[in-house]
This record gives sequence, structure tokens and C-alpha cells, in this order.
Amino acid sequence: MKQMINVALPKGRLGEKAYKVFEEAGYECPSIREENRKLIFENEEKGIRYFWVKPSDVVIYVERGAADIGIAGRDIILEYSPDIYELADLKMGKCRMAVACKKDFSDNRDRTLRVATKFPNIAKRYYNSQSREIDIIKLNGSIELAPILGLSDVIVDIVETGKTLYENDLEPRETIVDISARLVANKVSYKFKNKEITEMCEKISALIKE
Amino acid sequence: MISASVLKNDEKAIFRLRELYSKYGYSRYKVSKFEEYDLYAHNKSFLVSENVLTFTDTDGRLMALKPDVTLSIVKNIAANGNETQKLYYNENVYRTSPSADGFREIMQTGLECIGNIDDMAMCEVLLLAAKSLDVISEDNILDISHMGFLLGMIENAGLEGTDADKMIGFVEHKNLPAIRSLCEALSISKDATDALCALTSLYAPMEEVLERVEGMVKGEKMSEAYRELKCICDMLKSCGVGEKIYVDFSTVNDRTYYNGVTFKGFVKGLPDSVLSGGRYDTLMRKMGKSACAVGFAVYLDKLDRLSIDTKDYDVDVLLLYSEESDKLLTARTAEEQRALGHSVLCASGERTDIRYRKLMKICGREVVTLEAND
Repeated sequence: MKQMINVALPKGRLGEKAYKVFEEAGYECPSIREENRKLIFENEEKGIRYFWVKPSDVVIYVERGAADIGIAGRDIILEYSPDIYELADLKMGKCRMAVACKKDFSDNRDRTLRVATKFPNIAKRYYNSQSREIDIIKLNGSIELAPILGLSDVIVDIVETGKTLYENDLEPRETIVDISARLVANKVSYKFKNKEITEMCEKISALIKE
Repeated sequence: MISASVLKNDEKAIFRLRELYSKYGYSRYKVSKFEEYDLYAHNKSFLVSENVLTFTDTDGRLMALKPDVTLSIVKNIAANGNETQKLYYNENVYRTSPSADGFREIMQTGLECIGNIDDMAMCEVLLLAAKSLDVISEDNILDISHMGFLLGMIENAGLEGTDADKMIGFVEHKNLPAIRSLCEALSISKDATDALCALTSLYAPMEEVLERVEGMVKGEKMSEAYRELKCICDMLKSCGVGEKIYVDFSTVNDRTYYNGVTFKGFVKGLPDSVLSGGRYDTLMRKMGKSACAVGFAVYLDKLDRLSIDTKDYDVDVLLLYSEESDKLLTARTAEEQRALGHSVLCASGERTDIRYRKLMKICGREVVTLEAND
């Protein structure tokens, strides 16, 4: 019997783009395009099962083996440091994790830096490596508001074009790390479904464009 | 003899593993529940979780509930490097896990072979690791790796210090893009980069891998590692457990403790390793012992998640009685049923919360079978 591969896709644009690559690689699942409230989509013949989850949850599904494969941004992987394999760089959803602040902000190393972010672990690691004392303010959205309202000095967030920043009198400063979507796999699934997963990984890698 | 259906996965495994280890001449090593905290303070990164449950003893010493057994065994054992001691343990350890609040008590079994570790002793430990997995589930895989092989290759590529640590981290996640970009940043030759990538993505049965990596062997460290792996491969094959042994060089353990062969065991249905071990001469040196050592631990708490046959019934026989029932008859009937091998629950009144195979009732001086779902 063919082993089913469970794939966790992140809800949103990135997930849809990633699904297209899977489709092109021969892992299509037409029912996923239907408009309904189903949670799981299956193509038994191709041995594949997809489900949409919140982007930050993908690594949890994969680490705990509910999904064998997942598509996750490097930001999520760095933030949660899950024990998984990072098999390929899909080179999509490219952006960077950066420090941003008000245009006229000048950093003063004399004071504790207040950092607002959705990614406290990444921010902590970054400032730790600079031996900088910081005060983390964990927010769940609209991070750009924080420096404008004086809640924080800087923010650590994902920057794609920087448009939102510039429109709000903010600007990106240092880049912490470049981000793109990764094909991740559960470590144990990789062993027990090795043939299927490596085959899928090869087919997908062949389709990745710079 | 206890019927298998009564025991849970982990309980079954404990007894079978004990039987297995004593068959190979390993003796049980019992350690006390407490240990001086100092031992762990000096070796924090050896522990799975850094948190240690501490308390102050009556004489004011800071004590800890054991988070790990290996350290205690290493500390207490009087091994001199000539006589090899073969031990196994079966203890509760106290740890935190990232997903649980606070400390948990975890049943752990493992074995240690300490002293003069020759090929024979090392292969025997690997053989026992493979057999331990068989005890847990038929569907299992034992991944073997060798720190010397990977470190040798990293050294050959010219990586040192934190760069080497970074590289090991990437190898552990099979993160080829990151390996390539790190190599590029450090201007490492293309051949060396390709070799590292090839080694990282390699995953196949032991024999096949050994054939494929033979050409990569360069330098003393790698050739010694290769020789050891080859020896393990031959030995396991001759003992008939070769099929489920894979080589995965991304299986790495902390190199400040482990030096030689390292391994991890997996069973189908569990998202994480259930067995982990390796050669830890470096730890022995750190603790001032001249002997060598190799061992592994089995994480029995994880077996809880392993699918078990869900029972359709709570008991075989539900025996109902009331105030009017003959008490002696009730007791006698229950004993008779038990003698037939059935589990019997005696209950008074009506019970709707229990699932049964057979429903019996004592009405006065009479036994009535109301239902039988066979």
C-alpha cells in the first residue's frame, strides 16, 4: 500500500503559491480548489493529503508528526527552533527580518532598548549577540504602531518592500536575517517514508526558480 | 505470569528489556533517588532539560532529584579501564519538558558499558539497542552516526570553533542551503562543500552508506570512524539485525560529551526518538575517569502515545447484586467466573457506566445471565 504523505500548508498567499509548486510537481489535489469548509483534502491515487493551518502552526504540526511535510517561513523556524529537517529552500515568500524605527531615531547605547516584536526569540538572540540589554514587548500584530506611539524604540519585524514603514515615517535599519519559505519534514516521517519524501523533495527542488 | 492485556506498553517494555539485558550478562544498577546538586551544575548541557528539581537536605546540602542516571553511574563507578562493567538501570527521573508545566516523573531504562570498550563491547551495545527497539515495536529504525566521521570531515574542510558548531547545527537539520551559504561565506572549496552536503543528505541502510562514503574518507579521524562503522555493520549483520539499521550523519549529539558512534532509535507512530545513546569518552574525561564508555537510554514515557488496541469492554463480566441477593452465592459466582479467566466486577444496583461482555445478576438465591455479547 502506498503511504500517504500529510502536508501542512500555511494559510494565505504563500501557501497557495507553494501548493502550485506541489501541483506542478505532480501532487495535485483538485478538491482543494473547491469552495467549501472542508479542512482536509486528499488525493489517494497520488498518496497525498493537504491541510491548511495558521502559518506559525506549521512547524508544530510537523514537529509532532501530524504532518510529514510542511511549508514554513524561515522566520517561524528561527522563532520556534523546532526539531525538524529543513529540506529545501523554495525561494518564495522572500523578505527579511529587520530592525526598524522612526526615521529620526538615534540609538543610545546608554539606555535599555525597548523592542516591540512578534518574534521575541529572534529579537532576543540578535541583541544578545550584541550584548545589548533590551526590553521585549511582545505584540501580535500592527507592530508598526509601537514606535509611533512611543511604546517602543524599535521594532523587529518582517520587511518585504518597506512600503508600510515608509508611509508611516519609519525606516528599516539593520537586517537580521533573510527569510524565504522552506520545505520542512518531520524527522521520523523522513525515516519511515523516506522513499516518498525524498522523491517529493527532488521533484519540488527541480521546479524551484531563483 | 501476568496476562499481556493488563500491562501498558511501557510496563511491558520494562520487563522485556530487563529480561533482554540480563540475558546479555548486564547487571542491574540501582541508584538512589537523590544526588548532590553539584554534579548537575557542572554538567548542565549533558541533561535533556536544564532544570533540576532541588531541595535542601537536613544537613543543609543542596540536593537534587535525579534528572539523569548516566551521570550518577559515571560518578560512582570505580572503573579503571581494564575491567569492563556492564550495567543497566530502570529508574524514575525528574525533568521538565517544554510542552508541560513544571516537572514530570519519567520512567527511564538504559544501559551503560564502562571500562575497556573494544569493538566487541561496542557492537554488543548497538545490538542491544536494535533489540530494545524490537521489543517496543516491530516497525522500527535504528539510525547510526559517528561523531568522528562528521567532525573529521568538518575539520578537513577547515572549519573551527563556532563555525564548526554552526555547521553541526545545520547538518542536524539537513539544511543544505544554509550549509552552502556558510561554506561560501568562509570560502571553503567546492569539493569540501559538496562532500558535506552529500554526507548530510545521505540516508540509507548501513551497508549501502558505507559503500558510498568509502571514497570520502580522508585523514586519521575519518578512517578510524569508518573502520568502527564497518565493524558494527558486519557484526550486526552476522547477528541478523542488519536490515533496520540506517546511517544518518545528521544524528548528532553534543560533542562536548560524545565522541565516537552515536545512535537514535525510532518506532513508527511516534514523532520523536525513543532511544538515544552513544560513546561518551569525553564525558568520562571531564569527570576525571580514565575508562571509556558507551550506552543508551530508552524513553519509556513516550510509549504512552503508541497505539494500543482500544478495548471494547471494561470488564468481561459485570455481576450485579442487591440487598436481597445471597452474599455467599455472589462471591462464589464471581470466583467461578474468574477461574474461567474472565475479569469480573461486582457492583450493587444498576450500572450503566460500565461496558461488559456479559451481564449477570444475582436475584435472591439464583444466578441469572441477562446479556451475553460474545
